[in-house]
Amino acid sequence: MRSAAKLDKIVDDFRAGNTAATGRLLSIMENGGPEAERVIEKILPDIKGIYRIGFTGPPGAGKSTLISRLASYYRKQDEKLGIIVVDPSSPFSGGALLGDRVRMQNLSSDPGIFVRSLANRGTLGGISNCTDEAVDIFDASGKDVVFIETVGVGQSELAVAEKTHTVVVILVPESGDGIQAMKAGLMEIGDIFVMNKSDHQDAGMAAREIEASLKMKRVEEGDWEPRVILTSGLKDEGVDRLKESLDQHRKYLEDSGLMKRKRREILYSRVRSALIDRLDRRIRSSRRITELVEARMEDVYHSRISPYTLVHEIDSMIKIE
Amino acid sequence: MGKMIRVLVAKPGLDGHDRGAKVVANALKDAGMEVIYTGLHQTPELIAEAAVQEDVDVVGLSILSGAHMTLFPRIMELLKEKGGGDIMVFGGGIIPAEDVEELEKFGVARVFGPGTDTNDIVSFLKEKLHG
Ligand SMILES: Nc1nc2c(ncn2[C@@H]2O[C@H](COP(=O)(O)OP(=O)(O)OP(=O)(O)O)[C@@H](O)[C@H]2O)c(=O)[nH]1
Ligand SMILES: [Mg+2]
Repeated sequence: MRSAAKLDKIVDDFRAGNTAATGRLLSIMENGGPEAERVIEKILPDIKGIYRIGFTGPPGAGKSTLISRLASYYRKQDEKLGIIVVDPSSPFSGGALLGDRVRMQNLSSDPGIFVRSLANRGTLGGISNCTDEAVDIFDASGKDVVFIETVGVGQSELAVAEKTHTVVVILVPESGDGIQAMKAGLMEIGDIFVMNKSDHQDAGMAAREIEASLKMKRVEEGDWEPRVILTSGLKDEGVDRLKESLDQHRKYLEDSGLMKRKRREILYSRVRSALIDRLDRRIRSSRRITELVEARMEDVYHSRISPYTLVHEIDSMIKIE
Repeated sequence: MGKMIRVLVAKPGLDGHDRGAKVVANALKDAGMEVIYTGLHQTPELIAEAAVQEDVDVVGLSILSGAHMTLFPRIMELLKEKGGGDIMVFGGGIIPAEDVEELEKFGVARVFGPGTDTNDIVSFLKEKLHG
């Protein structure tokens, strides 16, 4: 572990706008533990509650390409961007191939944009478990908006909805995507649906299918109506309309008070998961509990007591209240 | 388990062959490293910027264009300027022996020739970084 002075130096450099220090802080967030907590304490006064947009959709749908196009629309309005791209770690080697920057090359030369690739390091939910902390770093560094790209393959990806204020679901006309999306629950989480690769001939048709299935959902008066936008990231078509819809959703969130509510929910879920982590660590490092478990597991094994009885016994040792 | 090794694999210069770079990137991933692959035709500026944003431990450059004597020093200079002077740089490609010597003098950790067994690259990096 770094010395406190060294850590302070990194935070100072970060405050001065140094890119390498920002990169280093993001790694500290990824590795978690007391160092990450210390950094958060130090930058807390600079955290404002940055606006978060999640982008999800099947592999190869064109998420990274579209994000890099969209980024220039935000930059035109002088909004500074943090971009987090999450890819899965290999369950076999623990390694990861993070290739999204290939489609974002033009962004690296803009000092108003910071791109960071994160491997999910085995977390369920398709989103790295340090996402909140990484967002805090961008927030404190003065960014205005953060984009989070995650690969959407199945149920597990829905976590992105719990970590962001606006969710953009990116689909492609290729066979059966609409159906897949519905199965995976993507239809429930999207605020804006993008039918990308509109340069393919079936895109209009596929967009109408999604639109039709959205219409079947009842929307209450005054609520946000999810919409479908045709884009081509490749040709930079329809991206302006995507930006418009994003602006409208952001305004809707602010006006309805939903933004505040979502911010609270994100923070509360963070408190909960940090608490659960800590309790888990405390339980596993407690000698008394370990001894009890070792002794009583034999009884559980022979059905002399139920697993729940053992849980009650452990619970009464913790005695929170 | 030690600290996760993060590597940036980049392909500066004008030639359009990234097969070798991709093979290395995959091998490093299979060896348990997090590999950021940035693609073809990268300028030194973009490579250095990506390396510090990603806070990598190592940058691997694949250079086939013959411009290695300008690209390596330039990238290392930019890394230093950006506060990433402690990032290790290694390379691969068709590079004459006398140039390899000079590059290594300049601080390039190692240059791997064509046909190098990827296992050699993996063990070199692990030894250098984990000691
Ligand atoms: N025809 C067409 N191809 C596109 C379009 N957008 C992206 N592509 C191509 O689709 C491929 C995947 O694009 P990416 O932007 O990497 O897609 P992604 O969804 O980020 O991919 P993952 O992160 O790997 O899931 C690339 O070859 C792109 O060039 C588009 O609008 N039309
Ligand atoms: Mg991508």
